[in-house]
Amino acid sequence: MARRTIKVDYLARVEGEGALNVTVRDGVVRDIQLRIFEPPRFFEAFLRGRAFSEAPDVTARICGICPVAYQMSAVHAMEQAFGIRVTGPLRALRRLLYCGEWIESHALHVYMLHAPDFLGYEGAIEMARDYPDAVRRGLMLKKAGNDLMRLLGGREVHPINVRVGGFYKVPIRRELKAVAEQLARARDAALETVRWVATFDFPDFTRDYEFVALRHADEYPFNEGRLVSSKGLDIDVAEYDDYFVEEQVPYSNALHARIRERGAYLVGPLARYSLNFDRLPPIVRETARAAGLGPTCTNPYQGIIVRSLEILYACEEALRLIDSYEEPDAPALALQPRAAVGHGCTEAPRGILYHFYRLDEEGTIQEARIVPPTSQNQKSIEDDLRGVVSGNLDLPDDRLRWRCEQTIRNYDPCISCATHFLKLDVDRG
Amino acid sequence: MSAGGGCRVLIGVGNLYRGDDGAGIAVARGLRRAGIEGLTVVELDGEAASLIEALKGADSAVLIDAAAGPNPGAIHRFDAAAGELPRGMLAWSTHAMGVVDAIELARALEQLPERCVVYAIEGRSFEAGAPLSPPVEAAAAEVARRVREEFLRGVDPEARRDA
Repeated sequence: MARRTIKVDYLARVEGEGALNVTVRDGVVRDIQLRIFEPPRFFEAFLRGRAFSEAPDVTARICGICPVAYQMSAVHAMEQAFGIRVTGPLRALRRLLYCGEWIESHALHVYMLHAPDFLGYEGAIEMARDYPDAVRRGLMLKKAGNDLMRLLGGREVHPINVRVGGFYKVPIRRELKAVAEQLARARDAALETVRWVATFDFPDFTRDYEFVALRHADEYPFNEGRLVSSKGLDIDVAEYDDYFVEEQVPYSNALHARIRERGAYLVGPLARYSLNFDRLPPIVRETARAAGLGPTCTNPYQGIIVRSLEILYACEEALRLIDSYEEPDAPALALQPRAAVGHGCTEAPRGILYHFYRLDEEGTIQEARIVPPTSQNQKSIEDDLRGVVSGNLDLPDDRLRWRCEQTIRNYDPCISCATHFLKLDVDRG
Repeated sequence: MSAGGGCRVLIGVGNLYRGDDGAGIAVARGLRRAGIEGLTVVELDGEAASLIEALKGADSAVLIDAAAGPNPGAIHRFDAAAGELPRGMLAWSTHAMGVVDAIELARALEQLPERCVVYAIEGRSFEAGAPLSPPVEAAAAEVARRVREEFLRGVDPEARRDA
């Protein structure tokens, strides 16, 4: 029996530790296993017995790249449980903080982690020697995101200013105006980014994904909306468990999520964009069209264009929010804990992040559950890889390994978050 | 924070709330208190973009970071301007790009300061909320003394004799 093995023992340019095993027998892909060996982290257990007010800061520690997403899903879940609704300038500030996280996270991935795949470099350092202006542009965008995070969150990594009901301290108008100039330059850099990545060569590969994302009545989603899919799902966030299920697989420390009735689904930039194109401002839609994209995108490699469009969106939205900002009367709403359950779902840079909490009458956490975007995408990543390997068996092992790694990085996987992730091993028989 | 045009920058990297990981920050604060004329002191958490920004425009930079190693308090000095840094000791980062990546990226972008020295202090305990362990505290004081001497030597050889 002809047997071919392709093995990536340690995936580079992803956050956390994982590996990939591919088994091919007689020219047919028999098995694909994305193995996440980053150890389990037990955050849901740490949260039991803790006060509701600790959840945003405890869960932010799950990830150094998307801490705001954890804070936002946590506060929204708690606020739902206590029956309060954050509106007006405090809600606007939350969106602004999320803009900072999207800009810095997407800029890191587009320039430092993913662009080298398309241009044939081992990494950003090697790419920087030939594309110094592009790398400088990426660093400038990352810094703009970091600075916004620092201003609103107290520091750029693991911000400490978010609380249930609002913030500990809110900025004055003058402080926000000071970052507007930098964000205007970042917006120009984001436009350049879209034009640059649109010139890359994209493998001819599309899939019929079930996209899942939040959808809001009139906004491109960050914090709020109904959970919708490209195959007809339209539910309240509180109904998440009725439609989605997490399962253990023996080869991975990350749970696999699927839609109960249909299986694999996709969250993240491609899903958000394809389900919410009509919610993007005209300049982002026009830039997308000029970059060759329609209102939906089913080629996962073009995720780098969509991610760049989302940087542009985040810069636009941040400037809009700053322009209309009025200082709130108080940095947070008053709240009264009560025995209740709360569900929160917000759009992390990598896709929807779901939190569930059950609280006692004093607001002590009795039960917590967190479903990060990367574990929701694992099945789709494996399905992509099955298609990519099947369609490229003529490639030598090193080229096929490269293509597999590039495919995994399409998802900007956050392995640390999912362990609740890479090495590539292709066994060709 | 930019180091500004043609100046000298000292960058302490670390987290004061994680035991010996605070070594670089302790050195930075000690030297800030000592008040060396013309020296910009920056405290960072190791995030690459901020670190590259801090190196931008400086003629001379010293960076101090904690490292994982078997000998708590051991001091290692690397001349980053002379060549690539060893990856093993300083490669720890949760941000996908760490201190070594930042320095190598700055080198590739031709914006690494002409003089760039990295001190690594081996730590023992990185527990949340712990203070610096005694050997690391002593090593931080020793690195502060050596760095002060390096900066004084770099600017004025006469001053070094007096130090």
